[in-house]
Amino acid sequence: MEALKAELKNKIIATLNLEDIAVEDIADNDPLFGDGLGLDSIDALELIVILDKDYGIKLVDPKEGKTIFQSIETMAAYISANRTK
Amino acid sequence: MKKTYINGVGCISAQKTFDTIFLEEAVENNTETVLSVNAPVYKDYIAPAAARRMAKGIKNGIVASALALKDANSENVDAIITGTGLGCIEDSEKFLKNILDNNEEFLTPTSFIQSTHNTVGAQIALNLKCKGYNFTYVNGAVSFESALLDAKMQIENDEVNSVLAGGIDENGDYTISLFKLAGRVKNELEQPFNFLTSTTTGAVHGEGAVFFVLENEKKDTTYAQIVDVEIKNNLEENEIEGEITAFLKTNNLQVSDLDAVILGYNSDAKFDSYYKNTAENIFAQTPQLYYKHLCGEYDTASAFALWTASKIIKTQEVPEILKANSVIRPAYNTILLYNQLSGKNHSFTLLSK
Repeated sequence: MEALKAELKNKIIATLNLEDIAVEDIADNDPLFGDGLGLDSIDALELIVILDKDYGIKLVDPKEGKTIFQSIETMAAYISANRTK
Repeated sequence: MKKTYINGVGCISAQKTFDTIFLEEAVENNTETVLSVNAPVYKDYIAPAAARRMAKGIKNGIVASALALKDANSENVDAIITGTGLGCIEDSEKFLKNILDNNEEFLTPTSFIQSTHNTVGAQIALNLKCKGYNFTYVNGAVSFESALLDAKMQIENDEVNSVLAGGIDENGDYTISLFKLAGRVKNELEQPFNFLTSTTTGAVHGEGAVFFVLENEKKDTTYAQIVDVEIKNNLEENEIEGEITAFLKTNNLQVSDLDAVILGYNSDAKFDSYYKNTAENIFAQTPQLYYKHLCGEYDTASAFALWTASKIIKTQEVPEILKANSVIRPAYNTILLYNQLSGKNHSFTLLSK
């Protein structure tokens, strides 16, 4: 699980071009949207593509995203439970 | 009919042109086949959160436009008109590569959103909250002149009082590799590249963003007046002299009235003869200047020439690095710009004090 969290942090930094942020700057429970990393709706689409492309998870219910993308912790837990690759 | 004055300029190029006076730190690079911009500190102009999705062309356009507005002591304009040959080609490449690599799946929005040609004009408008006329011309090597002509006509016809007009292009790795395959870029083995005496084909490529604040009012700080702009898509080499003479005559001038001519030599021997023959035949007694050895060839490189001409008229100084011959004038009040790319898309721009 720790390796997956680190992997997710690296992917998010690279995919979303968070140039001034390092892996160490993102705590596992930091909110990804709003006050935390400050991601927005376009970033949410990028995260959905990461789930699909890299872990084989298709989000069919957009409402699920709100829970899944709360933090690195919630993302990693969801991916561990539902990944197909 | 109102007149069009250049009241502010901003330039991002392969040279350090953003916090210098006028090419005092310019260096000719005659070993690189592709020149990249000397980038400013983007964070000084664009919030990091906004900049993270922007390609360098967008960032350069935003910075150049901000510099031009600051130079004109202006906070907003009535219209934003841009010209670009290839737009935000880096993001276009990314998006198309994603389509191929992922078998048309997993397409993300960011690079698609940023890849459209009018992104630069749109981002500038968003930053300025400018809801006026916003248009982008994509007309190859006359993209910038098309924007300039539109701006000039709108000012002359009293449609607007002020326009932010600019030319932006960026290098894209894949596009440059295609240009190399097509022979449009110089062969690396043929360096050093000499722009005035080149005997080899292909050009030294480059990128940049140059913006101008154009207004209908002449001020103490005005650089120059844009007297006329003409675009001709097709001209034979033997028609250039006649075209220039006729263009000048339309403006009640003759060649001897020019204080300088700025020619778009790009080191491609196949097409530089357009400039060379014209220079020898009708501009032998006129100060001849060139500039693409400093910024490289790209579709809107002529915006760099307009920046150069504006600076010369305002400062009355001609940096040595621009001189193609040894003819000088006591004053530089009337300057003609002539540009073409691969024998097509010829443009003639006339400036006066």
